Amino acid sequence: MSIRLGLCAALTLHLLVGTAWAAAPQQMSVQVRNGQVRANPSFLGTIVAPVAYGDSVRVLAEQAGWMKVSTPGGKEGWIHGSALTTKRIVLQAGAKDVQAASGDELALAGKGFNSEVEAEFKAANKDIDFTWVDRMETWKVDPKEVQRFLKDGNVTPGEGGAR
Amino acid sequence: MRALFSPTGVRWLAAMSLLLAAFVTGCSTVAEIGTAVGQASGMMTPEQAESIKRSAAAVEKTFQDITPEQEYYIGRSVAATVLKAYKVYDNREAIEYINVLGQTLALASDMPETFGGYHFAILDSDEINAFAAPGGLIMISKGMIRCCTTEDALAAVLAHEVGHVENQHGLKAIRKGRLTSALTILALEGAKQLGGENLAEVTKAFEGSISDITSTLMNSGYSRKTEFEADRSAVIVMGRVGYNPEALVSMLHEMKKNLKPGGLDFAKTHPDPDVRIAELRKQLGEESRVQVVPSRQRRFEQAVGGI
Repeated sequence: MSIRLGLCAALTLHLLVGTAWAAAPQQMSVQVRNGQVRANPSFLGTIVAPVAYGDSVRVLAEQAGWMKVSTPGGKEGWIHGSALTTKRIVLQAGAKDVQAASGDELALAGKGFNSEVEAEFKAANKDIDFTWVDRMETWKVDPKEVQRFLKDGNVTPGEGGAR
Repeated sequence: MRALFSPTGVRWLAAMSLLLAAFVTGCSTVAEIGTAVGQASGMMTPEQAESIKRSAAAVEKTFQDITPEQEYYIGRSVAATVLKAYKVYDNREAIEYINVLGQTLALASDMPETFGGYHFAILDSDEINAFAAPGGLIMISKGMIRCCTTEDALAAVLAHEVGHVENQHGLKAIRKGRLTSALTILALEGAKQLGGENLAEVTKAFEGSISDITSTLMNSGYSRKTEFEADRSAVIVMGRVGYNPEALVSMLHEMKKNLKPGGLDFAKTHPDPDVRIAELRKQLGEESRVQVVPSRQRRFEQAVGGI
């Protein structure tokens, strides 16, 4: 019983510490394939530095869904909160990470439903063709084009605009 | 205070209650939760820890445990499955136009960034249909575009689909329990390449998830509540960008005229346009007219007018 009590205390401590960290995240991870850190909290802001999936950034401030961060390379700027997660993303997991991954605080990059599983899915469903899906992903729109599009169409942003 | 009511806070409270309950009853739940500690202190063998952890980790794996990267792979296969039933309308001008319009709306949503980004395709079909695959692959039929008489109306359709992505409706359509075994394996086997047996099980869960989502999108449809939620998100996004949300109502009136009773499209998968309009009125208030802006109308007609 006393051993269990010890476990219990250790775990409680862990949970408490974990919660405090989650409430005011200092470090966050980039959870999109390619992210951009910008000079202002807007998609129209100049790109200060690119960040990649799994990069850990230090959060300095928050404003209307945007996070002011410091990149691994020491650059400072803004990135939208939806590109970040409080989970630590591990690109090359070691055994220790895997144990922790069953908790909420960590995600293993490239694991789970991934290209390997997609390949299995393709092999089992030969009638499903990914050609157009791959082509769709090449259709990209720069925020500058969005800005021009809004201006040309006389679309005046309302509350918050095209943030 | 904020942290207490955040999802993390709720989870923490739940974990604490579980822990307390286990402690009071002295049952094995404590050991299940504390395997990592137990193993580290040499109290149990790795095999014991493994089996105990498996059952502990198998609790409540839901769509929330799907990472954006996994959501991306689900979305790709959902889109590919939808595209098995439709041809893509291969017109460069129309494709460029809906991608710029769609991206404009997506950037104003609460989820402007997804793992692989938002991309929009037109389906070469007279059906009135639109599909949003998780992560932002959005497909809209020619028949649906014909329900739109203005750019604002087309923006409404695309914003509704972005609303489905933003609210992760696709992932929520995955049957409960479907992910538990797969995500448990992943949590435990993550460091190494999945072995044959595990890969097969994860692939099975993947195929099941794709099937749950596509059958919802193409056959059964979401619940009314879910469609209303996507409509509400559309109104918000349109307001932020500067489109008149009233255009969603105009589009629904037009759709009502064009829908064929018994059709296999929105006639089957979506609430009646009148029902959606009635719900939207609560959010929009008094009816108003959608102004036609000449420059906007010109490019709309040029790109998709003759579709």
